[in-house]
Amino acid sequence: MSKLVKDKVMPLKKAVGAYVHDGCHMAIGGFTINRNPMAAVYTIIRAGIKDLHLYVHSNGQGVDELIGAGSVSKVEIAYGGSGKFAATCIRFRKAIEKGTLQVEDYSNYQMTLRFLAGAMGVPFLPTRSSLGSDIVDKWGFSENLRRSDPKLPNRKLTVLDNPFEDWGNTEKVVLVPAITPDVTLLHVQQADRAGNCRMDGLSFADVEQAKASRHLVVTCEELMEGDALHENAHHNQIPFIHVDAVVHVPFGAYPTACYQHYDYDPVYLKAYAVAARDDEKYKDYLDTYVYGVADHQALIERIGTERMESIKADPRTGYAANLDRR
Amino acid sequence: MEYTLREMMTVVAAREIKNDDIVFCGTGISMLAAMAAKSINAPDCVIFFETGAIDAALEEIPMAVADSRVMYHTASSGGLLDAFATMQNPTTGQKVIGILGAAQIDIFGNLNSTVIGDYFSPKTRFSGSGGGCDVASFVPRSMIFMQHEKRKFVKTLDYLTSPGHLDGPDGRRKAGLPAGGPELVITNMAVMRFDDTTKEMYLDGVYPGIEPEAVLEQMQFSVDISRAREVMPPSADELNILRDKCDPQRLIL
Repeated sequence: MSKLVKDKVMPLKKAVGAYVHDGCHMAIGGFTINRNPMAAVYTIIRAGIKDLHLYVHSNGQGVDELIGAGSVSKVEIAYGGSGKFAATCIRFRKAIEKGTLQVEDYSNYQMTLRFLAGAMGVPFLPTRSSLGSDIVDKWGFSENLRRSDPKLPNRKLTVLDNPFEDWGNTEKVVLVPAITPDVTLLHVQQADRAGNCRMDGLSFADVEQAKASRHLVVTCEELMEGDALHENAHHNQIPFIHVDAVVHVPFGAYPTACYQHYDYDPVYLKAYAVAARDDEKYKDYLDTYVYGVADHQALIERIGTERMESIKADPRTGYAANLDRR
Repeated sequence: MEYTLREMMTVVAAREIKNDDIVFCGTGISMLAAMAAKSINAPDCVIFFETGAIDAALEEIPMAVADSRVMYHTASSGGLLDAFATMQNPTTGQKVIGILGAAQIDIFGNLNSTVIGDYFSPKTRFSGSGGGCDVASFVPRSMIFMQHEKRKFVKTLDYLTSPGHLDGPDGRRKAGLPAGGPELVITNMAVMRFDDTTKEMYLDGVYPGIEPEAVLEQMQFSVDISRAREVMPPSADELNILRDKCDPQRLIL
């Protein structure tokens, strides 16, 4: 389907089926415990998709659930953590310590620049970040892997003398390679049927991730009818020309937060962290909350109105003021 | 007034923050220190996060730098590109003070937040750099929170995630980094600073009731303790602000 089509609304299963495949290179948006595309993540897990090559900067819940369910074989990442709930993502950590996950470590800014390079159509962008560190010296992906996958650059990164000599008071730069995922998944507050997107609060690196990608699937809290988003268009961050599928999924970031709509669910995230530490309990978690529900709406129903009410965003602050987060 | 070591650490950090600082915060105790500074000694300092929030009104303590609480009432809500550009901006970047934490630190203030053991088959995996390496690379001044334990103050890092002074006085320049690096390390026992000439860590202050030698026992490398003085404990006012205003739910304290 052309990205210029004006109505891209479809069910989530159909969007995931069309754009996410075994072994594909995928990026997800959000940051640690906020605006992860969780409905899409759970749909991927339920579909049994395997061997994903995942790109993220600082992700928490989304990354950990995809890894925990065995959907990911390789990840390029800056940070895997869920704030106070899991200082290091627990299944992510287990997978690396067991050697079942291949990892390439970058910094947040480097990952963001890599997505931007992909969006710009340049092979790399420069930074000074990480000079002198092991991020430069230690490469997680083998030369063989890099050679065998035409979607991967031949090097993790390259340090170069400033070709403009001392211009910019800089002697050396680190060049980080562009990322062009097969598909990126984002959750936003508002989208229209064509795929114009409006995010409230912080956009993290979602815009760069969106524009770097060959395909883009957007889930949204609110599906805006007609040309409503053409009003005050300066509040839109992603125009429809980048978008392949629009899916209306209220609470689509749950159990992570969605600014102005709902907070993260401390009860869910704490229980998840307990389950994730133990293989048997984790299996039960997946059986109950992921495989045991038909779709995201069914998960929200299982959680129940009382809990969902407790994380409802206060209209003044955009989060659930005085939520018990202990 | 009785106080905990975490409260002491937070107040020591808050006192370092000046009114015209732009304070870069990570997750945890650093946010609490910045919130405390705004209430105690630096009301005009600006708190900012790598997620892109500048000057948020922190009415409640965020649990992560992407917590919706950092999005409320900001001067600007951007993204990661904006945030890291702010740190490198030739004008505003000079005002940024970074606050970092890590699993390991060496005598030059280099940090490891990636792995314990061999990188390729780690004994323990941590979250990874996040923005830590970026902040440590770019900002002119930073302070570091550490638990004072022998396994954390190491002769050689298992992985160098965030550059401090690298291998000494000329380390950052040789590597191609801008000038800067860590200024102090705040632990649950003491405050360490870095010698102007050698860029090696030295003991600057100990908390009341702690002997300088006891601090050395918790480190794999030796540092100069001759300059150590006693650090002033938190006042009743500072403690009240910390407990009642900044963290009433005791999420960090």
